[in-house]
Amino acid sequence: MNPVAASLIRLRALLGKEFRQLLRDPRMRFFMLVPPLFQLMVFGYAASFDVRHAEIAVVDQARTAATRELLAAVAATGRFTLHHYSAVGAATAAMDRGEIRAILRFAPDFDRQPVAQIVSDGSDSNSAQMITGQLSQTLQQNARLRAGIEPPVQIEERAWFNENLDDRPYFVPGIIATIVLITTVILTAMTVVRERELGTLERLLVTPVARLEFLIGKMVTVAAVGLFDVALISLIAVAWFDVPFQGNIVGLLTGSVLFLMSSLGIGLLISSYAETQQQAMLLAFFIIQPMVVLSGFAFPIDNMPEGVQWLTWLNPLRYYLVVIRDVFLKGSGLSAHGFEYAMMALLGSAALVLSLARVK
Amino acid sequence: MNDTTPVILAEDLTRRFGDFVAVDHIHVTVQPGEVFGLLGANGAGKTTAIRMLCGMLPPTAGRIRVADVDMVQHARRARGRIGYVAQRFSLYGDLTVSENLKLQAGLYGLTGARQRERLIWALAHLELTDRKDAMARALPLGYQRRLALAAALLHEPRVLFLDEPTSGVDPMARQRFWELIYELADDGIGILVTTHYMDEALFCDRLSLMQAGRIVAEGTPDELLRQPLPTPILELNSPDAARFEQLAQTWPEVREIVPHAGQLRIRLRAGMDTSTVIAKIHAAAVEHKLTVGVPHLATPELEDVFVAVLEEHEA
Repeated sequence: MNPVAASLIRLRALLGKEFRQLLRDPRMRFFMLVPPLFQLMVFGYAASFDVRHAEIAVVDQARTAATRELLAAVAATGRFTLHHYSAVGAATAAMDRGEIRAILRFAPDFDRQPVAQIVSDGSDSNSAQMITGQLSQTLQQNARLRAGIEPPVQIEERAWFNENLDDRPYFVPGIIATIVLITTVILTAMTVVRERELGTLERLLVTPVARLEFLIGKMVTVAAVGLFDVALISLIAVAWFDVPFQGNIVGLLTGSVLFLMSSLGIGLLISSYAETQQQAMLLAFFIIQPMVVLSGFAFPIDNMPEGVQWLTWLNPLRYYLVVIRDVFLKGSGLSAHGFEYAMMALLGSAALVLSLARVK
Repeated sequence: MNDTTPVILAEDLTRRFGDFVAVDHIHVTVQPGEVFGLLGANGAGKTTAIRMLCGMLPPTAGRIRVADVDMVQHARRARGRIGYVAQRFSLYGDLTVSENLKLQAGLYGLTGARQRERLIWALAHLELTDRKDAMARALPLGYQRRLALAAALLHEPRVLFLDEPTSGVDPMARQRFWELIYELADDGIGILVTTHYMDEALFCDRLSLMQAGRIVAEGTPDELLRQPLPTPILELNSPDAARFEQLAQTWPEVREIVPHAGQLRIRLRAGMDTSTVIAKIHAAAVEHKLTVGVPHLATPELEDVFVAVLEEHEA
């Protein structure tokens, strides 16, 4: 028999085995379905930088028509829940207990000296900034309106691709990228280490199977799981969370396959260092965590120190996020992201070559 | 090809792990149809040797030919001609019996009608047909061993390696397993088996005993048993066995005393004259008013031979 045909027969046998084991194992089915859905729910519903229903303490010691009007304007934004306190001390105590995020105070002499004081809870710096910004903007607008002053420059804001600047269309596509990373890195590392632990790998290598054939069987299976998760989360994102899908499926698929080269390579690399499944798991988290933080998934890369920004160039997740967000929100197409595709191909090849050389 | 070409021929086989020499210039020859036993304690180098012979571990030095293929140069081709049954069950517990066999068949390049034919043969021959849809992990240990053997035989190998094939298996299943091994040998397959059961060693056509990476004794069981023991053993019946044991333990001539099947087995030190010791036993019995039977020289068992050989090499 010619060697290629023999190799294909062995690969077919290995793939049959891998898929049978994958679909049979309840833990694997759980691993394929639950974490993606869970993350999707968490990020789809809970995670947001937007200010919504922020609890605000109001201490209105002036009680004039003007302050009432200002408070009405704040309430009308629908972003704040107002709690009235008669004394500053009580409001401060409420902030100490963590019941409120900010205090809005009008002093008794507001008529003579119109000062609105905002005290925010800086222990959560991000929300403090958002709340303070929103509050002061609302108050200023209202004040100008009442005074009948036209601002010297009219500012007209538009946010393209996401008109309302919702966080959801930003986060949900990102989840696809992180879930694919987490699932495929862990799965690759675990299934290889598991076979080594059980002795089934050594048994396999007494047959004419080549190590590479064994690894290809593993990688194809894990890649299929990764693509399944891409499809699953995309469908839910569009159908349930109303995230737009502007781009094309070819772009999504190309990006995903190129990214999988890296994540499978990283998984294999982990498997070559880990002796037990626990070690593999720990190593995987040790690598995944910084990859997610340094990808632009939640924190903008532009805000990072310059040295760290350089580091993100080596992070394949960075490019996958760009491609995937574009596919959903902009739809600029494949040509706009030649650089991202090229970088993923480059990093992916490097990861695969490195890991295959080490696993040998 | 004539029948006297060995199916396993290893010469000067050596494996080092750093400074440690796990296998030290051993020679192994197995003929077609021969059951060859590799014996030795844990850590003696058996497993390292078998791993090299199967092509799982490259030797540091030495030559291996298995089924007419150079195992060092063409490991993958040679592996296609051997069957291997590992010490612990290392097929897939989450696949059924026939799924496991199908996988193995595919790995050995068997497809279509040929594959079906061999699967049916293996299931029938190893009496697994009734259990073909059972999950491998749910099988009793004896059946798992049979499945492992079935998987190793699908591609009709010319050589079979069995690493401790019966450890942990109940006596009935062990006997059945050995019957199968004999049938395979009768078909002309060369079989290398490692074991630490002495009674099983007797089932082998030829034996090698390993110690510290070297082969310290080899031959047929008969040849080994006919070797004069350097440390003779006296068997003694006595109702006062316990008291006699205490008494004689400290004698300079005595190496050890082992109660065995209602008797005392008194192993003498190398070079001791048995008649002198027999006289001493009688004298001691009279002096201490003990009832002892007539001591006689024991027919050595394989274990005695091995213990003697191992001690000789340790010294």
